[in-house]
Amino acid sequence: MADLRVSFAGVEFKNPVIPASGTYGYGREYEALYPLSRLGGISVKGTTLHERTGNLPPRIAETPMGMLNSVGLQNGGAEKFIKYELPNLVTKDTRIIANIAGSTVEECAELAAMLNGTAVDMIELNISCPNVKQGGAAFGTDCTVAGAVTRAVRDASEKPLMVKLSPNVTSITEIAKSVEASGADALSLINTLLGMRIDIKTRRPVLHNNVGGLSGPAVFPVAVRMVWQVANAVKIPLCGMGGISTAEDAVEMMMAGASTVQVGAAIFRDPYAPVKIIDGLNEWCDKNGVKSVSEIVGTVKPW
Amino acid sequence: MYKQGLYPIIRKTASAKGIFDLTVLCPEAAELAEAGQFAQLLAPGFFLRRPISICQIDKAAGTIRMVFEVRGKGTEELSHLNVGDNIDLIAPLGHGFTKVDGKAVCVGGGIGVPPMLGIASEYGSDAAVITGFRNAAAVILQEDLKAAGCETVLCTDDGSAGIHGFVTTALEQHLQSKKTDIIYACGPTPMLKAVAALAKQYGVRCEVSLEQRMACGVGACLGCACRTQQEGKEVYKHVCKDGPVFNAEEVIFDG
Repeated sequence: MADLRVSFAGVEFKNPVIPASGTYGYGREYEALYPLSRLGGISVKGTTLHERTGNLPPRIAETPMGMLNSVGLQNGGAEKFIKYELPNLVTKDTRIIANIAGSTVEECAELAAMLNGTAVDMIELNISCPNVKQGGAAFGTDCTVAGAVTRAVRDASEKPLMVKLSPNVTSITEIAKSVEASGADALSLINTLLGMRIDIKTRRPVLHNNVGGLSGPAVFPVAVRMVWQVANAVKIPLCGMGGISTAEDAVEMMMAGASTVQVGAAIFRDPYAPVKIIDGLNEWCDKNGVKSVSEIVGTVKPW
Repeated sequence: MYKQGLYPIIRKTASAKGIFDLTVLCPEAAELAEAGQFAQLLAPGFFLRRPISICQIDKAAGTIRMVFEVRGKGTEELSHLNVGDNIDLIAPLGHGFTKVDGKAVCVGGGIGVPPMLGIASEYGSDAAVITGFRNAAAVILQEDLKAAGCETVLCTDDGSAGIHGFVTTALEQHLQSKKTDIIYACGPTPMLKAVAALAKQYGVRCEVSLEQRMACGVGACLGCACRTQQEGKEVYKHVCKDGPVFNAEEVIFDG
Protein backbone atom coordinates (compact mmCIF):
# COMPACT_ATOMS: atom_id res chain seq x y z
CA MET A 1 0.00 0.00 0.00
CA ALA A 2 1.57 3.23 -1.16
CA ASP A 3 0.92 6.45 0.72
CA LEU A 4 -1.52 8.32 -1.50
CA ARG A 5 -1.98 11.25 0.87
CA VAL A 6 -1.04 14.63 -0.46
CA SER A 7 -0.75 18.03 1.13
CA PHE A 8 -2.03 20.60 -1.33
CA ALA A 9 -2.08 24.33 -0.60
CA GLY A 10 -2.16 23.50 3.10
CA VAL A 11 -5.05 21.06 2.81
CA GLU A 12 -4.53 17.34 3.46
CA PHE A 13 -6.13 15.08 0.84
CA LYS A 14 -6.37 11.30 1.42
CA ASN A 15 -5.46 10.82 -2.23
CA PRO A 16 -4.83 13.19 -5.14
CA VAL A 17 -7.93 12.28 -7.20
CA ILE A 18 -10.80 14.76 -7.40
CA PRO A 19 -13.86 14.63 -9.69
CA ALA A 20 -13.83 17.85 -11.71
CA SER A 21 -16.35 20.61 -11.35
CA GLY A 22 -19.39 20.25 -13.56
CA THR A 23 -18.92 16.55 -14.17
CA TYR A 24 -19.99 15.20 -10.81
CA GLY A 25 -22.74 17.49 -9.52
CA TYR A 26 -22.45 17.39 -5.73
CA GLY A 27 -21.76 13.68 -5.71
CA ARG A 28 -25.35 12.55 -5.14
CA GLU A 29 -25.63 10.75 -8.48
CA TYR A 30 -22.59 8.55 -7.88
CA GLU A 31 -23.13 7.54 -4.27
CA ALA A 32 -25.18 4.57 -5.40
CA LEU A 33 -22.01 3.06 -6.86
CA TYR A 34 -19.33 3.74 -4.24
CA PRO A 35 -18.86 5.80 -1.08
CA LEU A 36 -17.69 9.35 -1.78
CA SER A 37 -15.18 8.89 1.06
CA ARG A 38 -13.05 7.02 -1.46
CA LEU A 39 -12.31 10.30 -3.23
CA GLY A 40 -9.56 12.73 -2.40
CA GLY A 41 -12.11 15.49 -2.74
CA ILE A 42 -14.92 16.75 -4.91
CA SER A 43 -14.83 19.94 -6.91
CA VAL A 44 -18.52 20.71 -6.90
CA LYS A 45 -20.64 22.09 -9.71
CA GLY A 46 -19.71 25.70 -10.52
CA THR A 47 -21.68 27.99 -8.22
CA THR A 48 -22.74 31.53 -9.03
CA LEU A 49 -24.20 34.18 -6.74
CA HIS A 50 -27.70 33.73 -8.16
CA GLU A 51 -29.40 30.77 -9.79
CA ARG A 52 -28.48 30.30 -13.45
CA THR A 53 -30.70 28.47 -15.91
CA GLY A 54 -27.85 27.66 -18.30
CA ASN A 55 -27.81 27.58 -22.08
CA LEU A 56 -30.42 26.36 -24.53
CA PRO A 57 -30.08 22.71 -25.61
CA PRO A 58 -28.40 20.93 -27.31
CA ARG A 59 -25.54 21.37 -24.87
CA ILE A 60 -23.50 18.26 -25.71
CA ALA A 61 -21.66 17.17 -28.85
CA GLU A 62 -19.47 14.13 -29.18
CA THR A 63 -16.02 14.49 -30.75
CA PRO A 64 -13.25 11.99 -31.52
CA MET A 65 -12.25 10.75 -28.05
CA GLY A 66 -13.90 13.65 -26.38
CA MET A 67 -16.87 15.94 -26.21
CA LEU A 68 -17.99 19.53 -26.34
CA ASN A 69 -20.28 21.02 -23.72
CA SER A 70 -22.05 24.32 -23.42
CA VAL A 71 -24.02 23.83 -20.20
CA GLY A 72 -23.50 27.46 -19.27
CA LEU A 73 -23.04 27.13 -15.50
CA GLN A 74 -26.58 25.98 -14.74
CA ASN A 75 -26.77 25.92 -10.94
CA GLY A 76 -29.05 26.77 -8.06
CA GLY A 77 -26.97 29.66 -6.74
CA ALA A 78 -24.72 30.08 -3.70
CA GLU A 79 -27.43 30.11 -1.06
CA LYS A 80 -28.88 26.81 -2.24
CA PHE A 81 -25.40 25.31 -2.33
CA ILE A 82 -24.67 26.39 1.23
CA LYS A 83 -28.08 25.43 2.65
CA TYR A 84 -28.86 22.28 0.70
CA GLU A 85 -25.74 20.71 -0.79
CA LEU A 86 -23.04 21.54 1.73
CA PRO A 87 -24.75 19.97 4.78
CA ASN A 88 -24.96 16.72 2.80
CA LEU A 89 -21.40 16.90 1.51
CA VAL A 90 -19.84 17.46 4.95
CA THR A 91 -21.03 14.01 6.02
CA LYS A 92 -19.11 12.29 3.20
CA ASP A 93 -15.57 12.41 4.62
CA THR A 94 -13.96 13.91 1.56
CA ARG A 95 -12.50 17.32 0.83
CA ILE A 96 -14.97 19.86 -0.50
CA ILE A 97 -13.75 22.27 -3.14
CA ALA A 98 -16.27 25.00 -3.89
CA ASN A 99 -16.00 26.05 -7.51
CA ILE A 100 -17.21 29.64 -7.84
CA ALA A 101 -17.81 31.88 -10.84
CA GLY A 102 -18.98 35.46 -10.98
CA SER A 103 -19.85 37.88 -13.73
CA THR A 104 -18.01 40.75 -12.04
CA VAL A 105 -14.99 41.02 -9.76
CA GLU A 106 -17.27 42.19 -6.92
CA GLU A 107 -19.54 39.19 -7.43
CA CYS A 108 -16.60 36.78 -7.19
CA ALA A 109 -15.51 38.43 -3.93
CA GLU A 110 -19.05 38.32 -2.54
CA LEU A 111 -19.32 34.62 -3.36
CA ALA A 112 -16.00 33.90 -1.68
CA ALA A 113 -17.08 35.84 1.41
CA MET A 114 -20.32 33.83 1.62
CA LEU A 115 -18.22 30.67 1.96
CA ASN A 116 -16.24 32.00 4.94
CA GLY A 117 -17.23 30.08 8.05
CA THR A 118 -18.64 27.15 6.06
CA ALA A 119 -17.25 23.61 5.84
CA VAL A 120 -15.74 24.24 2.42
CA ASP A 121 -12.07 23.15 2.43
CA MET A 122 -10.89 25.13 -0.56
CA ILE A 123 -12.14 27.55 -3.17
CA GLU A 124 -11.61 27.00 -6.86
CA LEU A 125 -12.16 30.30 -8.61
CA ASN A 126 -13.31 29.67 -12.15
CA ILE A 127 -11.96 32.41 -14.39
CA SER A 128 -12.17 30.22 -17.45
CA CYS A 129 -15.70 29.06 -18.26
CA PRO A 130 -16.02 29.33 -22.05
CA ASN A 131 -19.81 29.06 -22.00
CA VAL A 132 -20.96 32.23 -20.28
CA LYS A 133 -21.10 35.69 -21.77
CA GLN A 134 -20.00 37.70 -18.73
CA GLY A 135 -17.09 36.89 -16.45
CA GLY A 136 -15.91 33.39 -17.22
CA ALA A 137 -13.14 33.29 -19.78
CA ALA A 138 -13.17 37.08 -20.05
CA PHE A 139 -11.44 37.04 -16.64
CA GLY A 140 -9.05 34.29 -17.50
CA THR A 141 -7.64 35.54 -20.77
CA ASP A 142 -6.22 38.87 -19.59
CA CYS A 143 -3.35 39.00 -17.11
CA THR A 144 -4.47 42.22 -15.43
CA VAL A 145 -8.09 41.15 -15.01
CA ALA A 146 -7.09 37.63 -13.89
CA GLY A 147 -4.82 39.21 -11.27
CA ALA A 148 -7.48 41.67 -10.12
CA VAL A 149 -10.20 39.05 -9.64
CA THR A 150 -7.75 36.74 -7.84
CA ARG A 151 -6.74 39.58 -5.50
CA ALA A 152 -10.35 40.49 -4.75
CA VAL A 153 -11.24 36.90 -3.89
CA ARG A 154 -8.02 36.40 -1.89
CA ASP A 155 -8.85 39.46 0.20
CA ALA A 156 -12.45 38.35 0.73
CA SER A 157 -11.77 34.73 1.58
CA GLU A 158 -10.34 32.90 4.56
CA LYS A 159 -10.07 29.66 2.56
CA PRO A 160 -7.17 28.32 0.53
CA LEU A 161 -7.67 29.69 -2.97
CA MET A 162 -7.11 27.74 -6.18
CA VAL A 163 -7.65 29.53 -9.49
CA LYS A 164 -8.79 27.54 -12.54
CA LEU A 165 -7.06 28.65 -15.71
CA SER A 166 -8.24 28.78 -19.30
CA PRO A 167 -6.18 27.11 -22.01
CA ASN A 168 -7.66 29.50 -24.57
CA VAL A 169 -4.83 32.00 -24.21
CA THR A 170 -1.61 32.84 -26.02
CA SER A 171 0.56 32.31 -22.95
CA ILE A 172 -0.86 30.39 -20.00
CA THR A 173 2.34 30.93 -18.04
CA GLU A 174 1.85 34.73 -18.07
CA ILE A 175 -1.69 34.35 -16.70
CA ALA A 176 -0.42 31.82 -14.12
CA LYS A 177 2.29 34.19 -12.92
CA SER A 178 -0.15 37.07 -12.63
CA VAL A 179 -2.59 34.93 -10.61
CA GLU A 180 0.23 33.67 -8.38
CA ALA A 181 1.45 37.22 -7.75
CA SER A 182 -2.11 38.21 -6.79
CA GLY A 183 -2.25 35.75 -3.92
CA ALA A 184 -3.52 32.43 -5.28
CA ASP A 185 -2.50 29.41 -3.18
CA ALA A 186 -2.80 26.95 -6.05
CA LEU A 187 -3.77 26.71 -9.70
CA SER A 188 -5.97 24.21 -11.49
CA LEU A 189 -5.67 23.64 -15.20
CA ILE A 190 -6.87 23.22 -17.82
CA ASN A 191 -10.47 24.21 -18.29
CA THR A 192 -11.98 23.16 -21.62
CA LEU A 193 -10.65 24.22 -25.01
CA LEU A 194 -13.08 26.20 -27.11
CA GLY A 195 -14.41 24.10 -29.98
CA MET A 196 -17.23 23.68 -32.48
CA ARG A 197 -19.05 20.95 -34.39
CA ILE A 198 -21.42 21.42 -37.33
CA ASP A 199 -24.22 19.07 -38.35
CA ILE A 200 -23.55 18.87 -42.10
CA LYS A 201 -27.15 17.84 -42.82
CA THR A 202 -28.73 20.89 -41.24
CA ARG A 203 -25.64 23.15 -41.50
CA ARG A 204 -26.34 24.09 -37.91
CA PRO A 205 -23.77 23.94 -35.13
CA VAL A 206 -24.53 20.88 -32.98
CA LEU A 207 -24.48 23.09 -29.89
CA HIS A 208 -27.17 25.72 -29.59
CA ASN A 209 -24.49 28.00 -28.16
CA ASN A 210 -22.62 27.42 -31.46
CA VAL A 211 -19.36 26.86 -29.60
CA GLY A 212 -18.46 24.96 -26.44
CA GLY A 213 -15.68 23.52 -24.35
CA LEU A 214 -13.73 20.48 -25.52
CA SER A 215 -12.80 17.87 -22.92
CA GLY A 216 -11.96 14.18 -22.76
CA PRO A 217 -8.87 12.19 -23.77
CA ALA A 218 -8.54 14.33 -26.92
CA VAL A 219 -7.24 17.26 -24.84
CA PHE A 220 -4.90 15.28 -22.57
CA PRO A 221 -1.61 16.07 -24.36
CA VAL A 222 -2.48 19.77 -24.42
CA ALA A 223 -3.22 19.64 -20.69
CA VAL A 224 0.04 17.83 -19.88
CA ARG A 225 2.00 20.40 -21.88
CA MET A 226 0.32 23.34 -20.14
CA VAL A 227 0.73 21.85 -16.67
CA TRP A 228 4.42 21.27 -17.39
CA GLN A 229 4.91 24.83 -18.66
CA VAL A 230 3.06 26.36 -15.72
CA ALA A 231 4.89 24.14 -13.23
CA ASN A 232 8.12 25.61 -14.54
CA ALA A 233 6.81 29.16 -14.23
CA VAL A 234 5.25 29.30 -10.75
CA LYS A 235 6.02 28.08 -7.23
CA ILE A 236 2.46 27.40 -6.04
CA PRO A 237 1.13 23.82 -6.41
CA LEU A 238 -0.97 22.69 -9.36
CA CYS A 239 -4.06 20.58 -9.76
CA GLY A 240 -3.80 19.01 -13.22
CA MET A 241 -6.77 18.11 -15.33
CA GLY A 242 -7.85 17.68 -18.92
CA GLY A 243 -8.59 14.28 -20.39
CA ILE A 244 -7.35 12.10 -17.53
CA SER A 245 -9.07 8.73 -17.76
CA THR A 246 -6.60 6.17 -16.38
CA ALA A 247 -4.17 5.88 -13.47
CA GLU A 248 -1.31 6.08 -15.99
CA ASP A 249 -2.71 9.42 -17.20
CA ALA A 250 -2.77 10.64 -13.59
CA VAL A 251 0.87 9.54 -13.10
CA GLU A 252 1.84 11.37 -16.29
CA MET A 253 0.04 14.52 -15.20
CA MET A 254 1.72 14.39 -11.79
CA MET A 255 5.14 13.88 -13.40
CA ALA A 256 4.42 16.98 -15.48
CA GLY A 257 4.05 18.91 -12.25
CA ALA A 258 0.56 18.42 -10.80
CA SER A 259 0.27 17.63 -7.08
CA THR A 260 -3.38 16.64 -7.41
CA VAL A 261 -5.53 15.73 -10.41
CA GLN A 262 -9.13 16.21 -11.43
CA VAL A 263 -11.06 13.69 -13.47
CA GLY A 264 -13.94 14.98 -15.58
CA ALA A 265 -15.36 13.70 -18.84
CA ALA A 266 -13.98 10.19 -18.17
CA ILE A 267 -16.70 9.84 -15.51
CA PHE A 268 -19.40 10.09 -18.21
CA ARG A 269 -17.94 7.07 -19.95
CA ASP A 270 -17.19 5.16 -16.76
CA PRO A 271 -18.74 6.41 -13.52
CA TYR A 272 -16.19 4.33 -11.60
CA ALA A 273 -13.27 6.18 -13.27
CA PRO A 274 -12.18 8.16 -10.15
CA VAL A 275 -12.00 5.08 -7.91
CA LYS A 276 -10.31 3.01 -10.63
CA ILE A 277 -7.71 5.77 -10.95
CA ILE A 278 -7.16 5.80 -7.17
CA ASP A 279 -6.73 2.01 -7.07
CA GLY A 280 -4.54 2.14 -10.16
CA LEU A 281 -2.31 4.84 -8.65
CA ASN A 282 -1.78 2.69 -5.59
CA GLU A 283 -0.86 -0.32 -7.75
CA TRP A 284 1.42 1.75 -9.94
CA CYS A 285 3.28 3.14 -6.93
CA ASP A 286 3.68 -0.33 -5.41
CA LYS A 287 4.96 -1.79 -8.67
CA ASN A 288 7.41 1.05 -9.18
CA GLY A 289 8.76 1.23 -5.67
CA VAL A 290 7.15 4.61 -4.99
CA LYS A 291 6.33 4.85 -1.28
CA SER A 292 4.47 8.13 -1.43
CA VAL A 293 2.67 9.34 -4.53
CA SER A 294 3.89 12.90 -3.88
CA GLU A 295 7.40 11.74 -4.78
CA ILE A 296 6.52 11.67 -8.47
CA VAL A 297 5.28 15.27 -8.72
CA GLY A 298 7.29 17.21 -11.30
CA THR A 299 9.77 14.38 -11.86
CA VAL A 300 9.62 14.46 -15.66
CA LYS A 301 13.14 14.56 -17.06
CA PRO A 302 12.92 16.87 -20.07
CA TRP A 303 15.28 16.29 -22.96
CA MET B 1 -30.41 3.41 -8.27
CA TYR B 2 -28.60 2.02 -11.28
CA LYS B 3 -25.89 -0.49 -12.17
CA GLN B 4 -22.94 -0.39 -14.51
CA GLY B 5 -21.21 -3.41 -15.93
CA LEU B 6 -20.42 -5.68 -18.84
CA TYR B 7 -23.36 -7.93 -19.64
CA PRO B 8 -23.83 -10.61 -22.30
CA ILE B 9 -26.14 -10.18 -25.27
CA ILE B 10 -28.32 -13.30 -25.35
CA ARG B 11 -30.57 -12.47 -28.30
CA LYS B 12 -30.21 -10.24 -31.34
CA THR B 13 -32.49 -9.75 -34.29
CA ALA B 14 -32.83 -7.20 -37.06
CA SER B 15 -36.42 -5.95 -36.64
CA ALA B 16 -36.55 -3.83 -39.77
CA LYS B 17 -34.08 -2.06 -42.02
CA GLY B 18 -31.53 -0.37 -39.74
CA ILE B 19 -33.38 -1.40 -36.58
CA PHE B 20 -31.87 -3.89 -34.15
CA ASP B 21 -33.33 -5.73 -31.22
CA LEU B 22 -30.96 -6.73 -28.41
CA THR B 23 -31.75 -8.68 -25.26
CA VAL B 24 -29.10 -8.41 -22.55
CA LEU B 25 -28.76 -10.62 -19.48
CA CYS B 26 -28.28 -8.18 -16.60
CA PRO B 27 -30.33 -9.44 -13.62
CA GLU B 28 -29.37 -6.68 -11.16
CA ALA B 29 -30.33 -3.94 -13.62
CA ALA B 30 -33.49 -5.77 -14.76
CA GLU B 31 -34.56 -6.12 -11.13
CA LEU B 32 -34.52 -2.33 -10.69
CA ALA B 33 -35.92 -1.36 -14.09
CA GLU B 34 -39.33 0.14 -14.82
CA ALA B 35 -41.14 0.80 -18.09
CA GLY B 36 -40.01 4.05 -19.68
CA GLN B 37 -36.50 4.08 -18.26
CA PHE B 38 -33.41 3.87 -20.43
CA ALA B 39 -29.90 2.45 -20.60
CA GLN B 40 -26.61 4.07 -21.57
CA LEU B 41 -24.71 1.78 -23.91
CA LEU B 42 -21.02 2.09 -24.72
CA ALA B 43 -20.31 1.74 -28.43
CA PRO B 44 -16.80 0.35 -29.04
CA GLY B 45 -14.51 3.17 -30.20
CA PHE B 46 -16.75 6.03 -29.12
CA PHE B 47 -16.32 8.35 -26.17
CA LEU B 48 -19.84 9.02 -24.94
CA ARG B 49 -22.49 6.41 -24.27
CA ARG B 50 -25.68 6.11 -26.35
CA PRO B 51 -28.95 6.52 -24.45
CA ILE B 52 -31.33 3.76 -25.59
CA SER B 53 -34.84 3.27 -24.24
CA ILE B 54 -35.71 0.04 -22.50
CA CYS B 55 -38.32 -1.81 -24.56
CA GLN B 56 -39.07 -4.77 -22.32
CA ILE B 57 -38.03 -5.95 -18.88
CA ASP B 58 -38.15 -9.60 -17.83
CA LYS B 59 -37.34 -9.63 -14.14
CA ALA B 60 -37.74 -13.42 -13.89
CA ALA B 61 -35.27 -14.05 -16.70
CA GLY B 62 -33.11 -11.11 -15.59
CA THR B 63 -33.12 -9.51 -19.03
CA ILE B 64 -33.56 -6.10 -20.58
CA ARG B 65 -34.58 -5.77 -24.21
CA MET B 66 -33.67 -2.71 -26.27
CA VAL B 67 -34.69 -1.89 -29.81
CA PHE B 68 -32.67 0.85 -31.46
CA GLU B 69 -32.18 2.47 -34.82
CA VAL B 70 -28.83 3.00 -36.50
CA ARG B 71 -28.67 6.79 -36.58
CA GLY B 72 -24.94 7.36 -36.80
CA LYS B 73 -21.59 5.65 -36.49
CA GLY B 74 -21.97 4.91 -32.77
CA THR B 75 -25.28 3.08 -33.09
CA GLU B 76 -23.87 1.36 -36.18
CA GLU B 77 -21.04 0.06 -34.02
CA LEU B 78 -23.60 -1.17 -31.45
CA SER B 79 -25.46 -2.97 -34.24
CA HIS B 80 -22.32 -5.01 -34.95
CA LEU B 81 -22.38 -6.59 -31.49
CA ASN B 82 -23.63 -10.16 -31.55
CA VAL B 83 -25.03 -12.82 -29.26
CA GLY B 84 -22.32 -13.82 -26.81
CA ASP B 85 -20.62 -10.41 -26.92
CA ASN B 86 -20.60 -8.36 -23.76
CA ILE B 87 -22.08 -4.89 -23.80
CA ASP B 88 -21.05 -2.15 -21.36
CA LEU B 89 -24.30 -0.83 -19.98
CA ILE B 90 -25.52 1.58 -17.30
CA ALA B 91 -29.15 0.94 -16.35
CA PRO B 92 -31.83 1.54 -15.40
CA LEU B 93 -31.72 5.31 -15.72
CA GLY B 94 -34.23 8.09 -15.47
CA HIS B 95 -37.83 8.40 -14.52
CA GLY B 96 -40.29 6.04 -16.24
CA PHE B 97 -44.00 6.11 -17.04
CA THR B 98 -46.63 6.43 -14.32
CA LYS B 99 -49.07 3.50 -14.27
CA VAL B 100 -52.63 4.50 -13.45
CA ASP B 101 -55.88 2.56 -12.94
CA GLY B 102 -57.95 2.49 -16.08
CA LYS B 103 -57.50 2.60 -19.82
CA ALA B 104 -54.36 3.75 -21.57
CA VAL B 105 -53.50 4.82 -25.07
CA CYS B 106 -49.88 4.47 -26.11
CA VAL B 107 -48.75 6.47 -29.13
CA GLY B 108 -45.43 5.65 -30.74
CA GLY B 109 -43.83 7.10 -33.83
CA GLY B 110 -41.03 5.18 -35.54
CA ILE B 111 -38.22 4.41 -33.14
CA GLY B 112 -40.45 5.93 -30.43
CA VAL B 113 -42.46 2.68 -30.48
CA PRO B 114 -40.05 0.47 -28.44
CA PRO B 115 -40.53 2.22 -25.07
CA MET B 116 -44.30 1.76 -25.53
CA LEU B 117 -44.11 -2.05 -25.34
CA GLY B 118 -43.12 -2.08 -21.66
CA ILE B 119 -45.86 0.21 -20.41
CA ALA B 120 -48.51 -1.21 -22.80
CA SER B 121 -47.75 -4.72 -21.51
CA GLU B 122 -48.56 -3.56 -17.98
CA TYR B 123 -52.06 -2.63 -19.18
CA GLY B 124 -52.57 -5.60 -21.53
CA SER B 125 -56.10 -5.45 -22.93
CA ASP B 126 -56.62 -2.10 -21.19
CA ALA B 127 -54.17 -0.48 -23.61
CA ALA B 128 -54.65 0.62 -27.18
CA VAL B 129 -51.33 1.13 -28.94
CA ILE B 130 -51.32 3.46 -31.92
CA THR B 131 -48.07 3.22 -33.85
CA GLY B 132 -46.89 5.11 -36.88
CA PHE B 133 -44.11 4.34 -39.36
CA ARG B 134 -42.85 5.69 -42.68
CA ASN B 135 -43.87 2.55 -44.55
CA ALA B 136 -44.54 -1.18 -44.19
CA ALA B 137 -40.82 -2.02 -44.23
CA ALA B 138 -40.23 0.10 -41.12
CA VAL B 139 -42.97 -1.52 -39.02
CA ILE B 140 -41.77 -3.10 -35.76
CA LEU B 141 -43.12 -4.74 -32.60
CA GLN B 142 -46.71 -5.33 -33.77
CA GLU B 143 -46.64 -9.04 -32.83
CA ASP B 144 -45.17 -8.25 -29.42
CA LEU B 145 -47.90 -5.69 -28.74
CA LYS B 146 -50.61 -8.16 -29.79
CA ALA B 147 -49.01 -10.90 -27.67
CA ALA B 148 -49.23 -8.52 -24.70
CA GLY B 149 -52.99 -8.42 -25.27
CA CYS B 150 -53.09 -4.80 -26.44
CA GLU B 151 -55.36 -3.42 -29.12
CA THR B 152 -53.11 -2.23 -31.95
CA VAL B 153 -53.71 0.48 -34.50
CA LEU B 154 -51.06 0.63 -37.21
CA CYS B 155 -50.55 3.74 -39.34
CA THR B 156 -48.06 4.39 -42.14
CA ASP B 157 -47.19 7.65 -43.87
CA ASP B 158 -47.58 6.06 -47.31
CA GLY B 159 -50.41 3.63 -46.62
CA SER B 160 -48.28 0.57 -47.38
CA ALA B 161 -49.47 -1.02 -44.13
CA GLY B 162 -52.41 -0.32 -41.83
CA ILE B 163 -54.13 3.05 -41.97
CA HIS B 164 -52.81 5.62 -44.43
CA GLY B 165 -52.20 8.60 -42.16
CA PHE B 166 -50.75 9.97 -38.97
CA VAL B 167 -51.05 8.58 -35.47
CA THR B 168 -52.70 11.79 -34.33
CA THR B 169 -55.75 11.20 -36.55
CA ALA B 170 -56.11 7.71 -35.11
CA LEU B 171 -55.59 9.08 -31.59
CA GLU B 172 -58.33 11.68 -32.02
CA GLN B 173 -60.78 9.04 -33.28
CA HIS B 174 -59.92 6.88 -30.28
CA LEU B 175 -60.38 9.75 -27.82
CA GLN B 176 -63.76 10.58 -29.38
CA SER B 177 -65.08 7.05 -29.08
CA LYS B 178 -63.41 5.45 -26.07
CA LYS B 179 -62.83 6.37 -22.47
CA THR B 180 -59.15 7.09 -21.92
CA ASP B 181 -57.46 7.72 -18.57
CA ILE B 182 -53.91 8.35 -19.74
CA ILE B 183 -51.91 8.80 -22.92
CA TYR B 184 -48.25 7.81 -23.25
CA ALA B 185 -46.27 9.03 -26.24
CA CYS B 186 -42.79 8.76 -27.70
CA GLY B 187 -41.66 9.84 -31.14
CA PRO B 188 -40.61 12.85 -33.19
CA THR B 189 -41.14 16.25 -31.53
CA PRO B 190 -43.90 17.42 -33.94
CA MET B 191 -45.82 14.22 -33.14
CA LEU B 192 -45.37 14.71 -29.39
CA LYS B 193 -46.52 18.30 -29.66
CA ALA B 194 -49.66 17.25 -31.56
CA VAL B 195 -50.38 14.41 -29.11
CA ALA B 196 -49.94 16.78 -26.16
CA ALA B 197 -52.37 19.26 -27.79
CA LEU B 198 -54.99 16.54 -28.31
CA ALA B 199 -54.57 15.32 -24.73
CA LYS B 200 -55.18 18.83 -23.47
CA GLN B 201 -58.18 19.31 -25.77
CA TYR B 202 -59.79 16.08 -24.53
CA GLY B 203 -58.74 16.63 -20.94
CA VAL B 204 -56.68 13.44 -20.71
CA ARG B 205 -53.48 13.15 -18.71
CA CYS B 206 -50.48 12.67 -20.98
CA GLU B 207 -46.87 11.59 -20.47
CA VAL B 208 -44.24 11.99 -23.17
CA SER B 209 -40.79 10.42 -23.42
CA LEU B 210 -38.13 12.82 -24.70
CA GLU B 211 -34.61 12.49 -26.01
CA GLN B 212 -31.65 14.85 -26.05
CA ARG B 213 -27.91 14.70 -26.62
CA MET B 214 -26.57 13.33 -23.37
CA ALA B 215 -23.29 12.87 -21.54
CA CYS B 216 -23.40 11.43 -18.00
CA GLY B 217 -26.92 9.94 -18.14
CA VAL B 218 -27.33 10.17 -14.37
CA GLY B 219 -28.09 13.83 -13.65
CA ALA B 220 -24.62 15.11 -12.81
CA CYS B 221 -23.47 17.05 -15.86
CA LEU B 222 -26.71 18.89 -16.74
CA GLY B 223 -26.00 18.40 -20.44
CA CYS B 224 -29.33 16.98 -21.63
CA ALA B 225 -31.46 20.02 -20.88
CA CYS B 226 -35.05 20.29 -22.06
CA ARG B 227 -37.31 23.30 -21.80
CA THR B 228 -40.18 22.99 -19.34
CA GLN B 229 -42.51 25.38 -17.58
CA GLN B 230 -43.39 25.45 -13.93
CA GLU B 231 -45.88 27.97 -12.58
CA GLY B 232 -45.44 30.11 -15.69
CA LYS B 233 -41.67 30.16 -15.36
CA GLU B 234 -39.36 28.50 -17.88
CA VAL B 235 -37.11 25.88 -16.29
CA TYR B 236 -34.48 23.67 -17.89
CA LYS B 237 -34.99 20.14 -16.67
CA HIS B 238 -32.83 17.20 -17.65
CA VAL B 239 -33.91 14.29 -19.79
CA CYS B 240 -31.66 11.77 -18.03
CA LYS B 241 -32.84 12.33 -14.47
CA ASP B 242 -36.08 14.34 -14.45
CA GLY B 243 -37.14 12.40 -17.58
CA PRO B 244 -37.02 10.85 -20.06
CA VAL B 245 -40.73 10.73 -19.22
CA PHE B 246 -42.35 14.09 -18.51
CA ASN B 247 -45.87 15.29 -17.92
CA ALA B 248 -46.75 16.67 -21.38
CA GLU B 249 -48.20 19.86 -19.86
CA GLU B 250 -44.83 20.97 -18.51
CA VAL B 251 -42.85 20.46 -21.73
CA ILE B 252 -42.15 23.37 -24.07
CA PHE B 253 -41.98 21.65 -27.46
CA ASP B 254 -40.89 24.67 -29.51
CA GLY B 255 -37.20 25.35 -29.96
